Amino acid sequence: MKKKRNLGFLALLAVLSLVIAACAPGEAETPAECEADEFGCVEVAGGEAIKIGSLLVITGPNSSLGLDSQYGVELALDYWGADEFDGEPGELLGHPLELVAEDDGCSAEGGTAGANSLAADEQVVAVIGTSCSSAALGVADTIFSDRGIAIVSPSNTGPALTTEENHKEFYLRTAHNDSIQGAAVANFAYTELGLRSAATIHDGSPYADGLQQVFADVFTELGGTITKQEAIQVGDTDFNPVLTDIAADAPEFLYFPIFVAEGGLITQQARAIDGLADTVLAGSDGMFTPDWIAAAGADNANGVYISGPDLASFSGDVDFYTGGFIPAYTDAYGEPQSVFHAHAWDATNMILAAIEEVAIEVGDTLFIPRTGLKDALFATSNFPGITGNLTCNPLGDCQPSATIAVVTVENGEFTEAVYSELGTLGG
Amino acid sequence: MTSVETAARSYRVLLERLPVRRIILVILSLVIAYGVIAGTVATLQTGRFTAEDWVDLFVAGVARGSVYAIIALGYTLVYGILFIINFAHGEVFMSGTFTAFFVAHALADQGLLNTYPVPALILLFVVSALVSMSIAVILERVAYRPLRGAPRLVPLITAIGASLFLQYTFRGFYGAQAKAYPNIDILQGNVPVAGFTIQRAQILVVAGAIILWLALYLVIERTRIGRAMRAVGEDREIAALMGIDVDRTIVSTFAIGGALAGAAGILFVQLFNSVFFFMGFFPGIKAFTAAVLGGIGSITGAALGGLVLGILEAVGPILFLTGIGVPSPNQLQPVVSFGILVLVLIFRPGGILGAPEEKRA
Repeated sequence: MKKKRNLGFLALLAVLSLVIAACAPGEAETPAECEADEFGCVEVAGGEAIKIGSLLVITGPNSSLGLDSQYGVELALDYWGADEFDGEPGELLGHPLELVAEDDGCSAEGGTAGANSLAADEQVVAVIGTSCSSAALGVADTIFSDRGIAIVSPSNTGPALTTEENHKEFYLRTAHNDSIQGAAVANFAYTELGLRSAATIHDGSPYADGLQQVFADVFTELGGTITKQEAIQVGDTDFNPVLTDIAADAPEFLYFPIFVAEGGLITQQARAIDGLADTVLAGSDGMFTPDWIAAAGADNANGVYISGPDLASFSGDVDFYTGGFIPAYTDAYGEPQSVFHAHAWDATNMILAAIEEVAIEVGDTLFIPRTGLKDALFATSNFPGITGNLTCNPLGDCQPSATIAVVTVENGEFTEAVYSELGTLGG
Repeated sequence: MTSVETAARSYRVLLERLPVRRIILVILSLVIAYGVIAGTVATLQTGRFTAEDWVDLFVAGVARGSVYAIIALGYTLVYGILFIINFAHGEVFMSGTFTAFFVAHALADQGLLNTYPVPALILLFVVSALVSMSIAVILERVAYRPLRGAPRLVPLITAIGASLFLQYTFRGFYGAQAKAYPNIDILQGNVPVAGFTIQRAQILVVAGAIILWLALYLVIERTRIGRAMRAVGEDREIAALMGIDVDRTIVSTFAIGGALAGAAGILFVQLFNSVFFFMGFFPGIKAFTAAVLGGIGSITGAALGGLVLGILEAVGPILFLTGIGVPSPNQLQPVVSFGILVLVLIFRPGGILGAPEEKRA
């Protein structure tokens, strides 16, 4: 008898707790998709913000590269839902959007610290980053893929990131792959300038090393000679030995696709080396900022060629770019100091569209399946962006073709493109 | 005792007395010496570099070595008197140089930098030296003096903390971007010296370093404060008993070291005209290395160590490694220079000039 009464009491309790659970605010029932998802769902309760992370270089000598991208992200989060730049956070499915900004330090160490800090926040749905390939390769791409957090980079161009052996499951990018950029610079040097010998300098980073290697391969294929492929240390200041060594072969073209601080010093010191007096100097998007001109000194920077994405031949919504985006950007942050803001805008919008597609609304709670979000991102096809229509391939490259511009410096300012070339991945 | 036993015993004694460690070291050094000589000969045989190239590299090495030497004086002075390593010295160097940038920039905007280059340069030296000196003195007062009785590891940790604090403080003041020092026209270009061309900036740097070093030497050997510094370095308590104000002497040591670092910064930017908040780190490490290489505590040692390190860095990788077919030798620059440092310290643990007690400054 006694046992039976106890059972009845338990049954009553069970029913009651179910009723309470169902009525409790914000305690929505977890959808089946989340149970099935390997990494589960991000659960955003009613009224709470959807957190988007960013991991860009926002301090140090390369900060203009990362800040420029971060401003692109901020504008995209502002514009979403409202379709205007009102300074209020945008809304997605009734939830405000919130940015959690971290610093990638343009190094593997910075990438580790920033990625771990973002990954520790369970509410971070996806991340825009990193700025520098060195912060992503084997670092941020791995940390986020292990946690099932999608990461889309607006400015990693290192070819190694999207190769079969290195690509990590949750990593994508809207930046061009340097197998396009390296070839464009080689064509420019060989065909456009008619130069036949070249030397390169890299700083050991996956970006610089990868880019100079593509350049060297294509330049050799075209019939040119690579006299020397040198390497320097990040943080060093005296490049006289390395430049003297290079000058011994008197190359016609010297390509050093590195970053602001060392790139500025090499530009300066190369000007004082007699054997390099007639050598054409060139760098790439890691130095595509007025900060590099300032670091080199305008007199030294004049005449140096710099390659990067061609902002004048975006194939996407160019009217919006020049008429809406750039004015809003300039109002809020001043003139753009680098060249990847549009890629950052596209990366953010791609993520937000994918969230909208896969999010499951239960009452006013939002469930975002992590693997589902990743799959939706990789399924992106002909997504209309500013830089062009984005279609992501299985290795995470979302820019199947890109136009690379080469500009030069006159009177201490970047000129319009002096050369531009449309390149296609794998072509 | 049989003759067999005697023989065995004397054999054992012989084995025990055999200086095994010394023999290994001698063999090691012979191997390295052979590698260096073979590499050098092979490089020279390739004929890849002209005499002009070697002179350029050597002079560049002397110039950067001179800057290391002057910064190294700050480490060596403080060590000689307090026996602590002031790891924030690189930031002392940065603080003055970075601050003087704004003066240089203003002068350049007004066109004064090129119309009156000599007074302008002197003004930059004064500003940079004063700022670095103030930072060094504050550092001593805040970070080191309260710990004077503490174990030696404690001020070392404080020094690292102070170093980070100064870096990020100056980043807060002046921003995170690298900034280019405006060029002074009369220092641009080359001048012919004995059939070779040498950059004007390098001549200024070497001359400036020699003047600074001589000035320090005279202060230490010929003035009251110099004598007080030597006395405190010898024995702090006895010096105090003799009526020397130890606190004041220590502050003066930091002030002199700081002012030298600030002045070295203006020389540094004539060679590599870019400044940012982290710029003190590597020159600081290199200068510390130079001080140890030359014999820490000795100001002649600091100068010698700086020059040796600078020349090794500039000439070493190309001279030793090109001939044996290393593809990009300059990447191995730290390996060459620090490898030699280790070798020197194995044979002369006190550095090239050792550090006899009475020579501590």
